[in-house]
Amino acid sequence: MKKAGWILFSVALAGLPGVAGEYYINLASQIFIAAIFAASLNLLVGYGGLPSLGHASWLGLAAYISAWMSLKLGLGHWVTAPAALLGTTLVACAFGWISLRATGLGFLMITLALSQVLWGTAYRWVSVTDGDNGLRGLTRPAPFGISLDSAPSFYYFALAVTVVAIFLMAMFVASPFGASLRGARDQSRRMSALGHDVWTIRWITFVYSGFWAAVSGLLFVYYNKYIHPASLSITSSAEALLGVIAGGSGTLAGPIVGSAIIMLLKNYVSAYVERWNMLMGFVFVLIVIFVPEGVVPGVRRLLLRLKSWKSG
Amino acid sequence: MQYWIIQTLNSFALGGLLFLLAAGFSLIFGLMRIANLTHGSLYMLGAYVGVTVLKFVPNLWLAALIGGLVIAVFGGLIERFILRALAGNALGQVLVTLGISFMVADFCLVVWGGDPIPVPTPAALQQPLRIGGVVFPTYRLVVLAIAVVTAIVLYVLMERTRIGAMIRAGVDDMQMARAVGIPVSKLFTAVFCLGAALAGAGGIIGGPIMSAYPGLDADMLPLALIVVILGGIGSLLGAFVGSFLIGAIYTFGTALLPDLAYVILFLPMIVVIAFRPRGLFGRRTV
Repeated sequence: MKKAGWILFSVALAGLPGVAGEYYINLASQIFIAAIFAASLNLLVGYGGLPSLGHASWLGLAAYISAWMSLKLGLGHWVTAPAALLGTTLVACAFGWISLRATGLGFLMITLALSQVLWGTAYRWVSVTDGDNGLRGLTRPAPFGISLDSAPSFYYFALAVTVVAIFLMAMFVASPFGASLRGARDQSRRMSALGHDVWTIRWITFVYSGFWAAVSGLLFVYYNKYIHPASLSITSSAEALLGVIAGGSGTLAGPIVGSAIIMLLKNYVSAYVERWNMLMGFVFVLIVIFVPEGVVPGVRRLLLRLKSWKSG
Repeated sequence: MQYWIIQTLNSFALGGLLFLLAAGFSLIFGLMRIANLTHGSLYMLGAYVGVTVLKFVPNLWLAALIGGLVIAVFGGLIERFILRALAGNALGQVLVTLGISFMVADFCLVVWGGDPIPVPTPAALQQPLRIGGVVFPTYRLVVLAIAVVTAIVLYVLMERTRIGAMIRAGVDDMQMARAVGIPVSKLFTAVFCLGAALAGAGGIIGGPIMSAYPGLDADMLPLALIVVILGGIGSLLGAFVGSFLIGAIYTFGTALLPDLAYVILFLPMIVVIAFRPRGLFGRRTV
């Protein structure tokens, strides 16, 4: 039953560009990008118990580095992509070292403050970032000579990256290291007493999470061919966090479902009403009050209840 | 010479405004363990409410008073009806305050539009002060004075009154405070309203310097966060010192290296977090 569902899901994903129009193919690509982004944040929030409100730093930084290098230095994608990932990961090493001086709300405030620093810099350092105009005129890469300029080709590219990313993040969580991460979340003192270095476990997770967010940032800038400081803003971080919480933090599927819901909501609603921020704020409040555990655990609980009700 | 005096006064004025914002944020966090991310929005909303009040009563101080009261009521409603329902769910509270801050920002955009609205300096304070050939912008001195007076009043309130003693007890050990019969629940609301009122009034008082514009909330909130991280959570003295430190670093940073002013804000934060994670005057690590 479960296997059949997976096969059906895979076939649907693979066949989507054959049946759907360009608008929907692009929407799906955007959902993939948001899903990687939210899943990487979930490593921290869900599995590490470390609520970061500065995750947009990694998406934005990777996008900016790649955009800046190709525009101002004229370098090709084979150089800019690894450089963007490496640069972002190094900054994540530093930011993690600073932010993990605290946990809980202190961690949240420090990550928020640090990401706001990057956001403000992107706005003001006009000679590098072009400020409020953003960096435009970018191209998509052509891996192995295959152009990604059409919607279906980009879709498959994003799909492939997403599958690899989600798989590697799932491996990370399922590994013994992932178990120690959850241990550090639930019982940090006991984990220390057992000889685990809780701080290092968290720091490695922070960096790993930043790396995958950087991957989503590259996809983001390839998709849009444009990057603006808004991608570094608190709104961008908050959308990802909302996706994680709405879907269900600490579950693999949760952030994917959550970010898909938000992306759909954003695309459909902003077509009809101008006030996306107002609505997002409202959705925030509703979700926290009515579905605090998220959609995925909620549905799972509902199914369990249904099952036990059926079996009497 | 003149340039540096002006910059120094600018940094004092910004520090004073930051203190009005950060003192409440710090007390709310210290007492209630709520990272109130609406705080920047309360500041901005205060500025906009002040703009509207000024249309009817052309007196900045009255506008600050009315705006402060309006924002205090608004803050009290948030605390009583939303945050209270989420007691114990720290992340939930943060997300809700974040959600509200988005709603407030959009609300302000709808009501007051996207263009910055200048707030006129009170007529009596428009003339610069001349002392020995050096010109001082008067209004900035007044803002500094307001912040210092507010700091003194808050200090007396916190250190010399019964209510202040109860708040300090709540900050230090909430469970014991409850156990000895301190009405912590009422204090929560009172402190939240006080913090909101300070932020709202700060928004209007800062109006002649910063004006009211969309994004004011996102500009002020991180500064307040950095002040509180620097100064230490729940510490009034920390908020005071931190505010003027950040005010100075930000002002001179902007004057000397306009591109990288935000990066310079980093430095004191890194030093403090590295060597003293609880902040300069905090009693507890965050």
